[in-house]
Amino acid sequence: MTDVSNNSPAISLREISLELGGRVILEDFSLDIPAGKVTAVMGPSGAGKTTVMRLITGQLKPDKGEVWIDDVRVDQLKSRELNQMRRQIGVLLQNGALFTDLTCFDNVALPLREHTDLPESLIRRLVLLKLQTVGLRGAADMYPRELSGGMNRRIATARAMAMDPSIMLYDEPFAGLDPISLGVSLRLIRDINHTLYTTSVVITHDVDQVAKLADFCCIISDRRVVATGHPDELGKSSHELVQQFLQGIPDGPVPFHYPAPELAEDLLESEHPR
Amino acid sequence: MNHDSNQGVRFLAPVRDLGRAGVFLFTAITHMRLTRLQLAETLRQVYFAGARSLVIIVTGGFFVGLVLSLQTYDTLTRFGAGDAVSTVLALSLFRELGPVLTTLLFAGRAGTSITAEIGLMRATEQLDALDLMAIDPMERIVQPRFIACLIAVPALVLIFNVTAIAGGLVFAVFMMGSDPILFWGNMQSTVELWRDFGHGMVKACAFGFLAAWLAVYFGWTARPTSEGVALATTQTVIATSISVLILDFVLSAFML
Repeated sequence: MTDVSNNSPAISLREISLELGGRVILEDFSLDIPAGKVTAVMGPSGAGKTTVMRLITGQLKPDKGEVWIDDVRVDQLKSRELNQMRRQIGVLLQNGALFTDLTCFDNVALPLREHTDLPESLIRRLVLLKLQTVGLRGAADMYPRELSGGMNRRIATARAMAMDPSIMLYDEPFAGLDPISLGVSLRLIRDINHTLYTTSVVITHDVDQVAKLADFCCIISDRRVVATGHPDELGKSSHELVQQFLQGIPDGPVPFHYPAPELAEDLLESEHPR
Repeated sequence: MNHDSNQGVRFLAPVRDLGRAGVFLFTAITHMRLTRLQLAETLRQVYFAGARSLVIIVTGGFFVGLVLSLQTYDTLTRFGAGDAVSTVLALSLFRELGPVLTTLLFAGRAGTSITAEIGLMRATEQLDALDLMAIDPMERIVQPRFIACLIAVPALVLIFNVTAIAGGLVFAVFMMGSDPILFWGNMQSTVELWRDFGHGMVKACAFGFLAAWLAVYFGWTARPTSEGVALATTQTVIATSISVLILDFVLSAFML
């Protein structure tokens, strides 16, 4: 495992073990996410990437281990303190999760109206500025159903940063985007990171985009972190799984076939059912 | 042994579900918080659940009134008591048919829509998004819909009763030629405000509570798949219909 980070971590997951529905998802999992950088959390489907995000936001509590954001231990926070902490975190969910009965403007204004006593005129200005950042000020009065998937995610990004969070989490921000939308998303994540000085965590399995975007990345597989470092350094890793993942080799440590009995055994069984 | 334990699990499952629904209701009630935003959202939901159910309630009420007076008029005239049609109409509507039929229609129109909406919100991560924005989904989604149903059902029962009596009036007076003064006079002299009308409205409030609780509960606990949401809406209609009919009997037995 390579670690090139010298920064003090903004988020730290220490020796986490977590079991969900009788299946071990993470075991003895440790990861430090540097402050102010764009960190990519990668891994094959089902490796537990989204679980890591849910641990950071406090939606899941580990069976064992600790989750820290700066000097706050997230897994021990009570409901009210957790809500207070979540105001510092902006999350872009995989499909945007916009409220379909609200306009784009109202979607972005929602956290401001809920958590602040700002006058409506100021909220309007703040929302328009956020929408301007994502390039969709002109769509303020439209409903999410009138926009494309990529635009929905941009509106959701504006909503996630409405409260000027210190941490931004992006869950699969590139899935299903056309090349133009992809370029827009990459630029947005970079710009938000630079202008708001946020710590950004991008959950993805898109190796090509990570190389353009991330300052630091980690690969999760087999319930733990198997490699960390700068995207360029990961390419030099001799770890078999890292190479399979980065090069997209269909069979290897992550097998092509789901575990099953021998084919002949299965075929014969269909002739002589149990 | 195995058979016995399976029977035990089968018996325990509804008890466990009832317990969960009870805990859900307790959480929803204890999380109530009335802010300006909550009030605005509640009013919006009153419109969606209540005002948009008016077509089915008014149409249903009018035809129930028509058919009820048609059947009772036919029977009563055989005994020379055709003028008592308004009394039978009003008593059966206020005491039983109004609250029961309105709630059944409401469960089919608005209850299912609330269940499907909350279920789809879970499936599309909207509830997760609220949670992550430090906004309590119980407060923001469940509470306004719950209160809206509590307001809408009694109001719709009143409207159903009025339109059903209008239906009865059309049949008895305009089609059968009954005396309108006798129609209204008999109704006024036999219907008691509290015993007949008041008890009916108590039932309406109780049924509204039940319909609200079940609609939001099944939506909240729906599996986040298309099959899960479909199942939840079906459960809402079945559970509301059965429990309203049972509760109607229990309340009637206590109130008589």
